[in-house]
This record gives sequence, C-alpha cells and structure tokens, in this order.
Amino acid sequence: MSFTLLTQIYVFVLAVFVGFEVISKVPVVLHTPLMSGTNAIHGIVVIGGILVLGTAHGSLETVLGVLAVVFGAINLAGGFVVTDRMLEMFRSKPRPGGK
Amino acid sequence: MVPEPTIGIQVAYLVASILFIVGLKFLSSPRHARNGNLIAAAGMILAVGATLAVPGVRVSPLLVTCVAVGGIAGVWAARSVSITAMPQMVAMLNGLGGGAAALVSCAGIWRATHAGVSVTLFQTLRVTVRHDAPHGASLVELLGVLIGSVSFSGSAIAWGKLQGVISEKAIAGAWTRFVNAAIVIAILVSGAMTLEGGGPGRLAVYLVGSLAFGVFMVIPIGGADMPVVISLLNSFTGLAAASTGFALDNRALIISGTLVGASGTLLTRLMCKAMNRSLANVLFAGFGAAHAAGAAGAKAAAKPVREIGPEDAAVLLSNIRSLIIVPGYGMAVAQAQHAVRELADMLAHKGVDVRYAIHPVAGRMPGHMNVLLAEANVPYTQLFDLDQINPEFGHTDVALVIGANDVVNPAARTDTASPIYGMPILDADKAQHCIIIKRSMNPGFAGIDNPLYYEPRTMMLFGDAKGAVTKVLEALKML
Repeated sequence: MSFTLLTQIYVFVLAVFVGFEVISKVPVVLHTPLMSGTNAIHGIVVIGGILVLGTAHGSLETVLGVLAVVFGAINLAGGFVVTDRMLEMFRSKPRPGGK
Repeated sequence: MVPEPTIGIQVAYLVASILFIVGLKFLSSPRHARNGNLIAAAGMILAVGATLAVPGVRVSPLLVTCVAVGGIAGVWAARSVSITAMPQMVAMLNGLGGGAAALVSCAGIWRATHAGVSVTLFQTLRVTVRHDAPHGASLVELLGVLIGSVSFSGSAIAWGKLQGVISEKAIAGAWTRFVNAAIVIAILVSGAMTLEGGGPGRLAVYLVGSLAFGVFMVIPIGGADMPVVISLLNSFTGLAAASTGFALDNRALIISGTLVGASGTLLTRLMCKAMNRSLANVLFAGFGAAHAAGAAGAKAAAKPVREIGPEDAAVLLSNIRSLIIVPGYGMAVAQAQHAVRELADMLAHKGVDVRYAIHPVAGRMPGHMNVLLAEANVPYTQLFDLDQINPEFGHTDVALVIGANDVVNPAARTDTASPIYGMPILDADKAQHCIIIKRSMNPGFAGIDNPLYYEPRTMMLFGDAKGAVTKVLEALKML
C-alpha cells in the first residue's frame, strides 16, 4: 500500500465521521434542502471532468471530458440554485390571516 | 515536463473543503440553512477556480464553453422547474453527477490501459506514481464507474417513475433474479479483466453492465419507497465522486464526495426507520407487487363507509376548535397545497387551531410535504413531525387526511399480518373525527386496505385533493 493511498484513506475515514456528525440532527423540515444541498456538493465531480478535458489527448478522451464537464456543471449550478429557491420559501413569514 | 499542483492550489482545496463542512453544518439548522448553501457554493467556486489553475490543464475555449453551457443549463433548469416537480429535479441532477463521475473514471481507465498512445492523466498531473505502462485499471476507478453508472441509470429510472413516464408500480417477477444474476456476473468478469488491463471492449461491457444494474435495481421499487431510493442514490453519487478523488488524488473531491455519501446514508437510514423496514427489504422485496393482488382488494368493496359532502364537511369544520391536517402524496399530485393553506387560513380566522402532521415518508422524497407547504406559504412553525404531533391527536376535534393512506393506517399498529405492520404511523384515528379526502375506495399504492376508512368516526370525502378542498372552501364562504 502506497503512502498516497494511506493518506487518502485517512482523509476518507475522517470525512465519514465528520459527515455523520455534522448532519446527525437535521430536522424533518430540512430533509429536502439538505438532500438537494448535498446533491449540489457532489457536483464537485465537475473538477474531475475539468482535469480530464484539460489534459485530453484524442477524440475519445475529449468526448468523455466534454460530457463529464457538462453533466457536472449542470449538477453543480442546478443543485445550488434549486436549494436556494427552496430555502427562500422556508424563511419564517408572518402568519397569513393571523392577528 | 509538467509541474505538480502548487501549494496554492492545495490550500484552495483545503479552504473549499472547510467551506463545504461549514455549509453542511448550517444546512441542518432552519435559521442558517440558506447561508449554509451559499457558503458551500462559494467553496465550489473556489475549488473549480483552483482546478482551472492546475499546471498542465489547458483552459481551452472548449473547456470554458462546456463549463458555461452546463452552468447556464443548470441555472435555467433550476429556475424554471416548478416546486411540485422537485423530486424529479433532484433525481435528474443526482443522475448527472453520477454520470459525470462514471465518465471521469472511464477516462482514467482508458488512459491507464492506453499509456502507449497517450500520456496518462496521472503522469500529466504528476500526482500518483505509476511505473509500468500500459497497465490495468485501478480498483477505485472501477468502483467509480460502477457506482457512478448505477447512480446515473438508477436516477434516470427514478426520474421516469416520478415524472409518470414509467409505471410507478413495483415491476418485479421471478425473471428479475436471473437477469440480476447475469448482470452481476458480467460486471464481475469484465471488471476483473479490465483490472488486468486490456481493450476497450472489456471496459464497455463493464460500463453497460453497471448501467443495467442501476436500471434493474430501481425498476422493481414502487413509488411509495421513492424517498429511500432518492436518498440512497444521492449517497451513491457522493461515493462515486469520492472514488474519482481517490483516482485523481484530489482531496477536495474525496472530502466532499464522502460528506455527501455519509449524509445520504444517514438520510436513507432515517427513511427506512420511518417505515420500519430494512434497506434490503426496500430494495429487494418488490413491496406492493406481491400484496396488491391479494386479499385486500376484495375486502374493500364489502364494508360500508360513511360518506360526507363538501357542505357538511364545511359545517363540521367551522364548528370545531382544533384541526390537524395530514397531507400525503395525493396532495402533491393534485397540487392542492395552495387550496389547503387557504382552507387552513380561513379556519384559523374562525378561531380553529390548525396544525399539520408530517410523516417522514409522506410523498416521494424526504421532506416532500414540507417543501410543498412552504411553497404555499405555510409557516414551518405549524408543521409537526410524528413524535411531536402523535400525542395531540387524542384531544383534537378533527383530523383531515388529504391524499395520504399508508401513513395513517392503524393496521400498522395492530395487524401482524399486514405488510406495513410495525411502521410508525400518524394516529389520525385517535382524533374525535376523521375526514379523509380520497379519490375513490381503491386501495392506495401498496394495495393495502385501510381499516381507518370503516371506523364509525371516519367520514370519506370523495374527490381529488384540490377539487374537494376547493369545494369545502366555497361552502365555508357561503356559511
């Protein structure tokens, strides 16, 4: 096992614990925004696409890279905007029709 | 001669990772959630910017165009989608992320196995030491292709089911076992061969096998189990992104992908718990398909139910002090949330105490009802979850069930033979009266008969959620 892989596993394991810890007490109200927000965060895979397309040799690699970047960018931009739209609705408003 | 990613870039990745964690932390508190999302978005801009600055990455017009096209398409789709189509939107975005991860891993494998004709990605970026070239794919890349593809095709099927393009019913039969077994064997064999090295044929078989696996994983799952499926696929895409991070030795990818994987897993567990079923049961039991044809359907016709008209319902509702509204998927389908809020406002004006009871798996994604009611401007302080609201039903005058079925089925408490036995339910049957808005006496999605309908204190108001609520509203205005 290489040193690089070991470091990666360290990072992975710690991120698992952080992930569980940070989100463990999310209220039901926020289930959808949380899901949609994390959905946006995995849009980070777009940087993998950028690394492929930015170093592509040949048409196959270019095609793979183009698709990966476009997919990732839609995921990323769409995810954040949709989450923001949702959360905007969740702001507490004065009770309509109330006193 | 390509220099390594500079310290500056690594620091930018580190800061981005911190922003993701802080953003996620904020996302789980109602007051700070919106800021949390913005913080995570800022981290994302930083991470993408840093990646464009990695030495050796050509920022070609094509690359810029792809980022711009994807970004604009994403923003446009997110702006134009209606709130009622949110589950489909989440499924679609999730699938695209999974697809991207699979493509990145494919490119990595392709390069590794064709090092003779092109420089490997790893050598270009000088991040991982690889001696022998050409050689086989690495395990993390294979995992990236598998999980990413499953997420892609699985999300596509989930999208189809939510959009109504594919039957929402659980499609399952004895043949699916053979198909699944064949797919698993194809994946294992082609995966092992790709691991050893070799041509694009093996990789293609592996990719197609992984895609097929995703299709056959989600096809047998019925609509009511969608909250579980969507959160599971979300966690898959996170893990697929993390595995591309392993392959590219990119820690920002590993951290953020893993965070998503962990949160998706947590949410999946919550959803399963809310149905008192294991994940394996949701995925493999073909829930609903087995029971739909069973005894439940026949019994339904025989027993008498008490019907109530919109006018009588209006009279009853105007004379009570407390009301709990139990929304379900029927409200989402009919897009009745605005009418429901109007009704609640009018009753509140008459001095009725109105609250909403939200079951964790009501609807088609986690928190579905909350989003719909928020769209209709219902303050979230009126929404209560299972544990908070259940003790309240006993001293509530009327429980108004709108398009919900299984989540108020008392058989889950008493009938050990019922397929939903043990599932925590909303105790609507404990209210003084129960008004149920339902299109017909057809049993719900899972085909499970609901004894609540035949209780003497229960009144059925037939009609689709929006039509029925609007009629009650009109009748209320006449009073």
